[in-house]
Amino acid sequence: MGNAANHKALIWKVFGLLSAITIVEVAFGIIKPDFLFLTQFLGTSLLNSLFLILTVVKAYYIVWYFMHLGDEKNSLKYSIVLPLIVLIPYLAALLIIEGGYIHDTLAPYINWKY
Amino acid sequence: MGANIADQSEGKAWDGGSAKPMGASYGKMMMWFFIVSDALTFSGFLAAYGLTRFKFINVWPIADEVFTHFPFMHGTHAPMYYVALMTFILIFSSVTMVLAVDAGHNMNKKKVTFYMFLTIIGGVVFVGSQAWEWKNFIQGSYGAVQLKDGKIVQFAEDGHQIALLDFVVAHEKEAVDHTRNNGLWFESGEANPSFSVEEVVASFKANPHVNLRIEKIDPTTKKKIIVSRAEGLKFLEQAARVVEGASLEVNEYGSSQFADFFFFITGFHGFHVFSGIVLNVIVFFNVIIGTYEKRGHYEMVEKVGLYWHFVDLVWVFVFTFFYLV
Repeated sequence: MGNAANHKALIWKVFGLLSAITIVEVAFGIIKPDFLFLTQFLGTSLLNSLFLILTVVKAYYIVWYFMHLGDEKNSLKYSIVLPLIVLIPYLAALLIIEGGYIHDTLAPYINWKY
Repeated sequence: MGANIADQSEGKAWDGGSAKPMGASYGKMMMWFFIVSDALTFSGFLAAYGLTRFKFINVWPIADEVFTHFPFMHGTHAPMYYVALMTFILIFSSVTMVLAVDAGHNMNKKKVTFYMFLTIIGGVVFVGSQAWEWKNFIQGSYGAVQLKDGKIVQFAEDGHQIALLDFVVAHEKEAVDHTRNNGLWFESGEANPSFSVEEVVASFKANPHVNLRIEKIDPTTKKKIIVSRAEGLKFLEQAARVVEGASLEVNEYGSSQFADFFFFITGFHGFHVFSGIVLNVIVFFNVIIGTYEKRGHYEMVEKVGLYWHFVDLVWVFVFTFFYLV
């Protein structure tokens, strides 16, 4: 099969990409450049948003190429991916907004002067 | 077709479809749906972690100050290198798993065996690394004091956190840990830390270079606030006990929920890795004795592979939310 060699090359390419993204993440996490770290956008810093985007990219490559979801029929693809991309952001958004609200309500009552 | 499956439809959707809905075998499809439900379970845990973290957003421990150990590099400050290494180990064992699945498609028994073996080794190394990470987390490296209202205060010199060991002068101690084997009816007792509260407070008063570091984060610099000596003494008047390391009840890093979520989520993930290793070992031996060779296909390797990649996928998110963000 001519495809076999191709397939292997793809696996190593995806591995290289995942490693590269991890190295970038760790580098940013250690350096924490001020222009990203000390910002506030949508309730968190731009650095955190960057980490989140890179994580989703990594997840895409694992699911699509390592788990071969990309090779499945469309009906299977969507019955797996749609519930997750609808429910998880929904749950996360609700809980995080609620957490922010609890903080805004309770934090002023905590005593930091003795 | 099996006798209990009515398959007269010849694949027409209107008759209920073929025996292989969505073009996947029963086992593979069910593995996918199990993964969907497990992904939602982990999302629930991580979302709960998110809620708690935003609730305590101004006092949450800073990950790079907590996870700073690297094997054979004692005393160096190495934030995140170790978890990055763990991530590589897990991604690499995912790669060997894909290669095993690939070799299975080509009915290459020798290569499937070899790659499955590498995958199992990767998994074992990962679980071992996690155990080491837990050990460091539980032992702690600095030590702190808990105040009467539950706040944790740490100690700093020149803007850097220092350990209790660095400045506290301990007196001769008569107290020893009371353990089960030296008491007739003894069940459990108070932990006996290396230093008493009095010793810590006395050493703090005697050492003018030491400052107090509180849990609160300065919103402009995003670093923990270090208070003045006078304020620090007032804080220490409220001191209740010395805390070293972490347990489910209290930890030296700050909010107790931080350690609780760390133990629970990384523990649950570690348990998934462990189950994955068990499944991999079973499949590995089945490959060796030729079960799949006789069956004519290596789909079982593929199904277990799906689970293994899922474990890697979860780690990618755990890594982001516990160590990076």
